[in-house]
Amino acid sequence: MTRHSFAGRVAIAGIGATEFSKASGRSELRLAAEAVDAALRDAGIAPGEVQGMVTYSADTNPDIDIARALGVGELNFFSRIHYGGGAACATVQQAAMAVDAGVADVVVCYRAFNERSGNRFGAGVQDRPPVANAENAHFSFYSPFGLLAPAQWVAMAAQRYLHMSGATTEDLGRVAVADRRHAATNPRAWYYEKPITLEDHQASRWIVEPLRLLDCCQETDGGQALVVTSIERARDLANPPAVVRAAAQGSGRGQDMMTSYYRDDLVGLPEMEVVAAGLWGSSGLGPGDMQAAILYDHFTPYVLMQLEALGFCGWGEAKDFVADGAIEIGGRLPVNTHGGQLGEAYLHGMNGIAEAVRQVRGTAVNQVAGIEHVVVTAGTGVPTSGLILGVDR
Amino acid sequence: MTASGPSLRLLPRVDDENRFFWTGGADGRLRFQRCAVCAHFVHPPAPRCPFCLADGLRPEPVSGRALVESFTVNHQQWIPGSDPYIVAWVSIVEQPDVRLTTNLVGVEPDDLRVGMEVVVEFEQQDDVYLPLFRPTSAPS
Repeated sequence: MTRHSFAGRVAIAGIGATEFSKASGRSELRLAAEAVDAALRDAGIAPGEVQGMVTYSADTNPDIDIARALGVGELNFFSRIHYGGGAACATVQQAAMAVDAGVADVVVCYRAFNERSGNRFGAGVQDRPPVANAENAHFSFYSPFGLLAPAQWVAMAAQRYLHMSGATTEDLGRVAVADRRHAATNPRAWYYEKPITLEDHQASRWIVEPLRLLDCCQETDGGQALVVTSIERARDLANPPAVVRAAAQGSGRGQDMMTSYYRDDLVGLPEMEVVAAGLWGSSGLGPGDMQAAILYDHFTPYVLMQLEALGFCGWGEAKDFVADGAIEIGGRLPVNTHGGQLGEAYLHGMNGIAEAVRQVRGTAVNQVAGIEHVVVTAGTGVPTSGLILGVDR
Repeated sequence: MTASGPSLRLLPRVDDENRFFWTGGADGRLRFQRCAVCAHFVHPPAPRCPFCLADGLRPEPVSGRALVESFTVNHQQWIPGSDPYIVAWVSIVEQPDVRLTTNLVGVEPDDLRVGMEVVVEFEQQDDVYLPLFRPTSAPS
């Protein structure tokens, strides 16, 4: 694969977030504005310098509303990425391409919602008005059978994965234990000072077998923003640049949105394999060059499958990879050092990108020693995206 | 306890492309689109054959026999008042890559296994016939 021209020439220069809560007490627009404001202050860039904005098509806050709220002037670039949490790393890719192409010098990426006190994604499709278009029509093949919600969609793939790989629900639990261990020492995390044991995981109630309560991420109110600019500009700013070494999107053959039930292989994450090929192929880096990973963890099974899709281990070997604490701080590949979406907050993956920036800066609460590169992924089970951030050398 | 399904079924939006699937059970037969050119079955309904790209898909009955590929036992009360119910992927014996999502009925959750042989039956609600599946014989 050819090198992407933006690689190494663009950086994340600022990160900012609201608190992560279950009831923010304010509008989604206000959360977005607060997060963008905080990110710009972190970068040391004035709102008037922002020329571009990128968010998710799932976000309710139009770029122009945030621009008006914060005194941002003219915009040259605005883009929204589809497929829920799959958009996370793609927002940075869009920003990086715009900066590298000379379309915009400073681009802000953001995601903000009242996902616990407002519209709860965990409820699934049951209360959405039926709209007769191709994107909604396929739910008609699931809803009559009571298959309505994200946990249920994922459980179908998880059961097949456990059957084919020989992994057990205890292996799923090891992902939750690692996340919650990291969250326990992160004051920003909802589950700060609340670690769990594997026994706690196994004793938690069934949601949809083979998933228990502690396999499912929380729901969060909050906002997270990132500031992307050229490496030259970033070097003149307050914080060390988190250099974008690679950014890629991926959709697999036979792809569906959360319900890819008809493709050739009923296991794995082909869309993340597409992302992995893009990340490794465009950068010349590989799994062995990563000192930490931020893997999208709305549900634990997909963390195991991502370790395989990204090539950290072979197919079906994730159960062995996670067996000895390898994904915990101090292990071979610390994963989700902020606590992940199970432990810190469910911000549709944007808070994970911020954690990768902190790891590159050397300011994470669970800092991994000797960081050169961190790989970050976006939503799994949907068309998705990934990033490699690195130190500036 | 033998599983049935959720306490309330959200009926599908029937349209010109899927009507044959949801109403075909009136005569007890499960139907899928089949390509008149390359003979592949296709599900869910598609605008044209994804195998040969011919504009030749038309509904055709199948035997109704299938194998369980994956299953879940649904405890959370997404639909209040439901006892735990089973959602499954089954693949039809005529063509293993044709799968549909369904409920398994008449089976204990503890007896479920991937590879189990099942056969279709229909539950009528209004003008829709929902294809459900039950084991062909008592689990060993």
